[in-house]
Amino acid sequence: MDTPADRSFDVEDYLRLDLFPHFLCPGCGHGIALRALLWAIHELDIDKNRLAFVSGIGCSGRLSAYIDADTFHVTHGRPLAFASGLKLARPEMNVIVITGDGDCLAIGGNHLIHACRRNLDITCLMLNNEVYGMTGGQGSPTTSVNRYTTTTPLGNHEPAFDACELAAAAGAGLVGREVTMQVPTMKDLIKQGISHPGFSFIEIISDCTEIYGRKNDLGSSAEMVLSQKKDILPTYIDVAEVNAVDQPFRPGSWQTGVLAKNDRQEYYKAYLDYCKQANPPGHGETHGR
Amino acid sequence: MSKPRQNLQGNRACALGAIAAGCRFYAGYPITPSSEIAESMASELPRVGGVFIQMEDEIASMGAVIGASMGGAKAMTATSGPGFSLKQENLGYAAGAEVPCVIINVMRGGPSTGMPTRPAQGEVMQARWGTHSDHPIIVLTPASVREVFDQTVRAFNLSERYRVPVVVLVDEVVGHLIETVALPDSDEVETTSRKWADGAREDFKPYEIPEDGIPVMARPGQGYRSHTTGLTHDATGFPTQEPGQVEQVMTRLLTKLDQHRDDIEQAETLHTEDAEVLVIGFGIVGRAALSAVNQARDLGIRAGMLRPITLWPFPERTLRSIAANTAAVVVAEMNAGQLCLEVERLCPDTVAVIPLNRIDGEPIEPRQILAAIEAAAGSMTNSKPTSTKQL
Ligand SMILES: Cc1ncc(C[n+]2csc(CCOP(=O)(O)OP(=O)(O)O)c2C)c(N)n1
Ligand code: SF4
Ligand SMILES: [Mg+2]
Repeated sequence: MDTPADRSFDVEDYLRLDLFPHFLCPGCGHGIALRALLWAIHELDIDKNRLAFVSGIGCSGRLSAYIDADTFHVTHGRPLAFASGLKLARPEMNVIVITGDGDCLAIGGNHLIHACRRNLDITCLMLNNEVYGMTGGQGSPTTSVNRYTTTTPLGNHEPAFDACELAAAAGAGLVGREVTMQVPTMKDLIKQGISHPGFSFIEIISDCTEIYGRKNDLGSSAEMVLSQKKDILPTYIDVAEVNAVDQPFRPGSWQTGVLAKNDRQEYYKAYLDYCKQANPPGHGETHGR
Repeated sequence: MSKPRQNLQGNRACALGAIAAGCRFYAGYPITPSSEIAESMASELPRVGGVFIQMEDEIASMGAVIGASMGGAKAMTATSGPGFSLKQENLGYAAGAEVPCVIINVMRGGPSTGMPTRPAQGEVMQARWGTHSDHPIIVLTPASVREVFDQTVRAFNLSERYRVPVVVLVDEVVGHLIETVALPDSDEVETTSRKWADGAREDFKPYEIPEDGIPVMARPGQGYRSHTTGLTHDATGFPTQEPGQVEQVMTRLLTKLDQHRDDIEQAETLHTEDAEVLVIGFGIVGRAALSAVNQARDLGIRAGMLRPITLWPFPERTLRSIAANTAAVVVAEMNAGQLCLEVERLCPDTVAVIPLNRIDGEPIEPRQILAAIEAAAGSMTNSKPTSTKQL
């Protein structure tokens, strides 16, 4: 029998097509990220039955419902908390979190910091569109300065988070960023994240074309994506040599690729070692049934 | 055969009950007066192959507990007042998505940070209605160290059987009380686990309703590849907003415990057959009531006691049948009057419902209850008993 990796990637193999048409606006960057994620899973040849997706609330959070796997759409900001429990109860599953900039950095910010610190083997994909898409375009912790949102009608005056620096400082096992323009490299980055035995934080610079794009005159979805091109350097993925992307609609230069790596022991392995002290003769089965 | 007698603290009995019930996952955040439960779980779980994790807050603890339960583990958290407030959002998720889980609230004085080390019973209503919107929930209230053990076991069993969050309200006094108890051996502890789907994936619908009203869960990793959401969902597990369907699924969710009330409701009664004055109190107040009722009987007053062990759903039929022959009901509780509202709702107009409240951070004493019984019995000989509300 041939493995999925031998076959060419067909995104439909990984989707719940009976739920289509999907609910994303035409041109939304979240769909591009979903495709790259499923492509990464295909190339890693992960059994669908060993895959669990946990997502929060937002347009990003809605993506889990379209994936043909065990999927959990939980409360706003809390997917990392739910995912931590799920992973500890079923360590054999690949647990992937899909979250948004509001979900992950605002209401869920504390959970992100502690997930990075613990380094439990979860992959967290944060789709950063600089806005609360689902609730109609309010400002988020990553909204660029001077951008218009429904809650920054005069242009945003608050500074934005650099989520990757935050994750790296908090101790995440692997930290990376990619833009929706670069789907193959995004796929490769996600593969690295999933393969890393520890907590991986991957920020995808996504595009809310319908609300944020329109409100800020950023052009069509194709124009929004193309504007990411400026200043992307051709080299890719080496912690020492990070790439810079300078986007006209995201002032400042974004580094992409793997931005930090940390080979600290993975949380569950560390926990098993810790338990051995309580049960010297061999700890055996570790999770609840 | 039971285990040898031992001096055991209520909070520790709770942890031992959880382990005996099969709990293998605990996530929590320290808070007085519940912390001994976390500490006991931290030492017990590694011994039995379980997971203990201290989370960053109570919101995360509740999320992790639900995540672990969705993964198949029997899971629990414990907290107190302020932490119980933080549990509420995710507790609603467990109620809506029907994920079994147990939440222990060792009650302290409030509101806000309140009195961390003083006893109170201020969460009667919050335990029932703390999370937003209509939802099913079960609330249990033990009164002794042994009962903390037993009711924690029962909390897991009810939660697993009916796929509903179960809250255990433990009095601070009971949580910190040390009593001599003989716990049952593990093979004497009756435990239940939820039903897992085992049929073909094609035929499986995660919220299809069997006759007992309780849907069957799919264990992640078994190939069912199903969806769980906090959005209102139909039998397939996917969101729906179609009014006809919503009405149907909400009605089923909100009435799913009804046909099982005989199994869920529990209460202790004393001298209720001929009681003219009935005292209602739960937890530690029930123990004071027991003593007061016995003293009243010695004085020749026909007093009786109803101690709800299941607080929600309230043991309605038990109260209704007793109240039918009673003249007055004293509702003693360590709050400003919460349970008395439910009692008033259930009693016929002919019954005087008399609140007896204490909100100074001290437990209600037997003599206070006795005084209320005497006043009620005394005024019965004259006219309708009057309120003895003590604030
Ligand atoms: C506790 C709570 N607060 C607020 C909301 C409303 N809400 C839903 S989605 C959302 C923001 C989503 O933004 P983001 O995470 O960036 O996702 P996006 O839609 O942009 O993908 C908010 C505030 C909620 N569902 N729950
Ligand atoms: S509102 Fe924005 S983020 Fe949401 S689907 Fe539409 S384009 Fe995408
Ligand atoms: Mg967003």
